[in-house]
Amino acid sequence: MVVKRLFSLLVLILTLSVSAISVYAQHGPEGHETTTGHGHEATEEKKGFNASEVIFGHIRDSHYWHLFDINGHPVSLSLPVIIYHPEKGLEMFSASKFHHGHESYNGYYIDHNVKMKEKIASEDGAAIKDFSITKNVVSMFLSVIILLVLMINVAKKYKKNGVMKAPSGFQNALEPVITFIRDEVAKPNLGSKYMAYMPLLLTVFFFIWVNNLLGLLPGGANFTGNIAVTACLAAISFIVMMAKSNKHYWSHLLNPPGVPLGIKFLLVPIEIMSMFIKPMALCIRLFANMLAGHIVILSVISMIFIFAALNQVAGIVFVPFSLAFSVFMFSLELLVAAIQAFIFANLTAVFIGQAIEEPHHGEHAH
Amino acid sequence: MDLLTPELGLFFWTTIAFLSVFFLLRKFAWGPILKALSERETGIADSIATAERLKKEMAQMQNENEQLMAKAREERTAMLREARIEQERIINKAKEDTKAITDKMLVDARQQIEQQKMAALTEVKNQIGNLAVEVAEKVLRKELAGAESQNAYAHTLVEDIKLN
Repeated sequence: MVVKRLFSLLVLILTLSVSAISVYAQHGPEGHETTTGHGHEATEEKKGFNASEVIFGHIRDSHYWHLFDINGHPVSLSLPVIIYHPEKGLEMFSASKFHHGHESYNGYYIDHNVKMKEKIASEDGAAIKDFSITKNVVSMFLSVIILLVLMINVAKKYKKNGVMKAPSGFQNALEPVITFIRDEVAKPNLGSKYMAYMPLLLTVFFFIWVNNLLGLLPGGANFTGNIAVTACLAAISFIVMMAKSNKHYWSHLLNPPGVPLGIKFLLVPIEIMSMFIKPMALCIRLFANMLAGHIVILSVISMIFIFAALNQVAGIVFVPFSLAFSVFMFSLELLVAAIQAFIFANLTAVFIGQAIEEPHHGEHAH
Repeated sequence: MDLLTPELGLFFWTTIAFLSVFFLLRKFAWGPILKALSERETGIADSIATAERLKKEMAQMQNENEQLMAKAREERTAMLREARIEQERIINKAKEDTKAITDKMLVDARQQIEQQKMAALTEVKNQIGNLAVEVAEKVLRKELAGAESQNAYAHTLVEDIKLN
């Protein structure tokens, strides 16, 4: 586990530095265009392969589900755009109206100055809110449908076959995972009241896992590698933690027993900060891990084209290395998909466990 | 960093989707599944406990059986011993009885033999007596054929009577 974390940290640092360089590199030619806003930036991209463009095109959220290109024309599904304008109210239209970002519609356009996102801006400069059903949202709905269908079918099987019959089929695959979450995550961290938190932990685990796996499919959305998603999940576990926290937790937090008064002034702010840092760590851990995995796989594949742009022979020679490494990374990501889901569920259980812990004697301060 | 600022729209949809999937799964999936799992576990625990109890009962029954068997075996041995004693007693008694009867028979036989012997002896004595009388008669007839001898004899007889 430590090795893996170090590795993902390294990968994150590498990719962030790479992306910083690419942002810096793109800022130069793009800088003077800010006044014109949206429109034409493809002209100077033609000359070579732009890896950062490809990578961020894949990992960012989009109002299209891009499938593939034919002769430079993207083939994609246009997804519904829903915008709340403070004056005009709610508006809904298809993203195809933007013509892949080349045109504005109804006073809205895709802001190409924002590189890592596909941001819709209003021509009148109003602070609009974008509630569009983006690629990530569609992917998430897909995962919700998969989860509901699979889990409810399994639950039906339990009802149909009775309790004492041996599990079969997908039920058999699911059962060890559920008992694992119960015995390794819930019971050790939550004590006797673990059963009340099992639905939350199971939902968190399977929601993240299924979305991680969907994100690994070719053409899949980078849903769990999006900070809005992980922030939402972390916020939910934080709210549960706060809602279930007991008097013992707060008294320990605000008035640590057995600590001199002077230290208390130091310790209590740190404890309060740590209370907020915990969910933030949850949020960033999942986000960074999944984002880094996506970026690494895409970078490794992009290397083929980078080398090919330099020299065709170099590109062909690099293909086996790049493929081997991306297969390795893909396998690693399959593992990471499950591990990160487990870590998120486990840490949620740990944090809730700390908040609901009952007082008992001989306890050490933490 | 654009990458690190969460989009409101995605946050909003994720919240809605996560909460709805949470409540739906809690009601329709996790509830029944967890219930079934814990029911199965208690069922298995019960079955194991029942099996354990039955095993104990079986062991106890076997124990009892063995005790019964041992007791029966003991009884059989005792009965055999008694039977042997009885048998010996009967044999001994029979022997004693037989001996008494044979002894009595022997005694009777001996008595009879004695009697017969006595009878035979008496008869022999009688015969000898008769023979002696006959012989004496013949001798006397010859001796007393003359008158003198008859007087002499009468004399002797008279003398004998006198003496008495």
